[in-house]
Amino acid sequence: MLTAIAVLTGLGVVLGILLGVAAKYLSVEGNPLVKEIEDLLPGSQCGQCGFPGCGPAAEALANGKAPVTLCPPGGKAVASKLAAKLGVSVDLGEVEEKQPMVAFVNESLCIGCTRCFQQCPTDAFVGAPKHVHAVFGDICTGCGKCVEVCPTECIEMRPIQSTVQTWHWPKPAEPAKTAQSEPVT
Amino acid sequence: MMGALFKIRGGVHPDDRKHLTKDLAIEKIPMPPVLHLPLQQHIGAHAEPEVERGDKVLKGQVIARAKGMISAPVHAPTSGTILGLHSYHSPTASGLRWQTITMRPDGFDRWIRRAPPLDPLTCRPEEISRRVADCGVVGMGGATFPSAIKLNLGDRHKLEQLVINGSECEPYLTCDDRLMREKAAQVIDGARIMAHSIGVVQVIIAIEDNKPEAIAAMREAAADVPDTSVVTVPSHYPMGAEKQLIQTLTGKETPAGKLTADIGVVVHNAATALAVHDAVRHGKPLIDRVVTVSGGAVARPRNIQAPFGTPIFDLLEFCGGLKEEPEVILVGGPMMGQPIKSVHAPILKGTNGVLALTRAETASRQVMPCIRCAACVSACPMGLLPLDMAARVRKDELDSAVKIGLMDCISCGACSYVCPSNIPLVQYFNFAKGRLKAIDGEQRKQRLTRKLATLRLTRMEEQMRAKKEAFARRKAEQAEKAAQAAAAQPAAQSGAQEAVAQSGGSAETGAAEGGDRQ
Ligand code: SF4
Ligand code: SF4
Repeated sequence: MLTAIAVLTGLGVVLGILLGVAAKYLSVEGNPLVKEIEDLLPGSQCGQCGFPGCGPAAEALANGKAPVTLCPPGGKAVASKLAAKLGVSVDLGEVEEKQPMVAFVNESLCIGCTRCFQQCPTDAFVGAPKHVHAVFGDICTGCGKCVEVCPTECIEMRPIQSTVQTWHWPKPAEPAKTAQSEPVT
Repeated sequence: MMGALFKIRGGVHPDDRKHLTKDLAIEKIPMPPVLHLPLQQHIGAHAEPEVERGDKVLKGQVIARAKGMISAPVHAPTSGTILGLHSYHSPTASGLRWQTITMRPDGFDRWIRRAPPLDPLTCRPEEISRRVADCGVVGMGGATFPSAIKLNLGDRHKLEQLVINGSECEPYLTCDDRLMREKAAQVIDGARIMAHSIGVVQVIIAIEDNKPEAIAAMREAAADVPDTSVVTVPSHYPMGAEKQLIQTLTGKETPAGKLTADIGVVVHNAATALAVHDAVRHGKPLIDRVVTVSGGAVARPRNIQAPFGTPIFDLLEFCGGLKEEPEVILVGGPMMGQPIKSVHAPILKGTNGVLALTRAETASRQVMPCIRCAACVSACPMGLLPLDMAARVRKDELDSAVKIGLMDCISCGACSYVCPSNIPLVQYFNFAKGRLKAIDGEQRKQRLTRKLATLRLTRMEEQMRAKKEAFARRKAEQAEKAAQAAAAQPAAQSGAQEAVAQSGGSAETGAAEGGDRQ
């Protein structure tokens, strides 16, 4: 009887210490899921989702506080990846595929105030105080942050024009509804 | 020397409609009033313009230089004046404009001093490929890949054969047929030069059996040339596709995603062989080509030798114009050609045909549900499942379409051609391939912007820290000064001093906080 109590107590103490040590040394900083989700997001910190950046957005997603369709620049591709990661279903038809845009500076109105320059999350602006500013189209993510801060409203978002090299055929139109009873399956 | 031919899978037998032009000799078009020469007439990086508005140029002068590893220069097809570099109609399905040098011929057709002829038997292989590159030669069967790069393949691959593709399997087109009939000796000479450059001995010239005259002419020209044979292959679309042609000739199958060079064979088009002959033997850059202008809507179809940059409008005029309103005007053949949006667009290095097709010829019929007849499966030369792939593309499941072979599809259109329900199968695949390429570009951009955003964040943090440290330092210095001052003053004033130091301190804290908020 006494030995049994002793053994059990001993076991309890040893396991307790082990668990305590394990908790201390094997603990993970933050939620690993958040990091994984953040890697799926564009990472341009544009804030179009309403969160201050991709990190906070990932946290909200991990806690179920934001829908997988939150990321406008990510479009269908990001939404479906997020849905797969979080194991939720998503209606991709709901996701609007935003036409990619880039910022354009109307140089005749630019006063060189540098506010856009300070806002741009990817440093896509070139400019210095009192100099006309311009945008590197290849690294502008089209987030539109600069448009809001420009005091002379000289920045506008323009759709990226396709070129002979980037153009591709559109998807063939669906056959007329009458002829369509799930044509190709 | 060639054994029996091997059968390939799939393929179709469209009505070849070559009778419209096959017996018409090549004719030279009178020099058009203007020539439009795009900087991108080849696969790879576009050429870099070398001329300015008002420059006088000579025939064969470089007007745009090759830029980068894969590129090709553009030469003036005749002498004349450069009217400018501008954005002009492209002969593509997009109908978009692109950078084009426009020139006005002066009518004298004066040559620049040409590079001296090379003796292919004594010069080194690199000299041949350099000459071919300098002359702007690209694949003239439509792929427009810079030929010189393919001539260097021998460096990295063990090559055994050179195949000259004279199959011309697209309906309507007869330009290669005419070339082989009229310039057989030159085509064969070009082929031998290429073989020497790549370092192979055996040359096979493959011609479809619907061109008996070309076969006879080429056989005659090749009679005394060692290791060079002319092989008749069945008329069967898409026989002209590289991998299919090699399989027919050798039985060897090129693995998915590999080059034909990986199995020891290099394929060049017959017209490219002629261009190589001209470049090496005569120092003549690639400045013109033969184009078949045909189709039910063309008054008098013809095979025309025309300088690059000739507007399609001028070609059609030379053929007596259009006798009826065409349903579509294509560049290339009817199976794989591109519908163009403007007849003012020019012909390029890769333009083998201009077809103005009537409604009866295009036969656009109503799309119906798939009846799962599997006709598309048997027609596909690549052994794919077109109906399955199209279903996945329709549902935007592009990745899953790739899993079942989308990237092996050569867009030959055999599946669409046979489908009894008129389902635009190849159109789905062209869309999907284009979309995937666009997604790839977006992802590349995203990786770049992600890096930039992180860089910026770290930079901001640095700045913030530096600012804070500066404030802290300044505060410490001021406190020290105040302390020194306090020590220097008589004790009677110490009360007042303390008050000053305190107020100064709180002002600084305020400033520091303000800094934080910035
Ligand atoms: S277009 Fe593609 S899928 Fe259709 S038959 Fe040709 S290779 Fe096969
Ligand atoms: S050929 Fe057309 S109808 Fe027949 S299985 Fe293929 S897609 Fe369906």
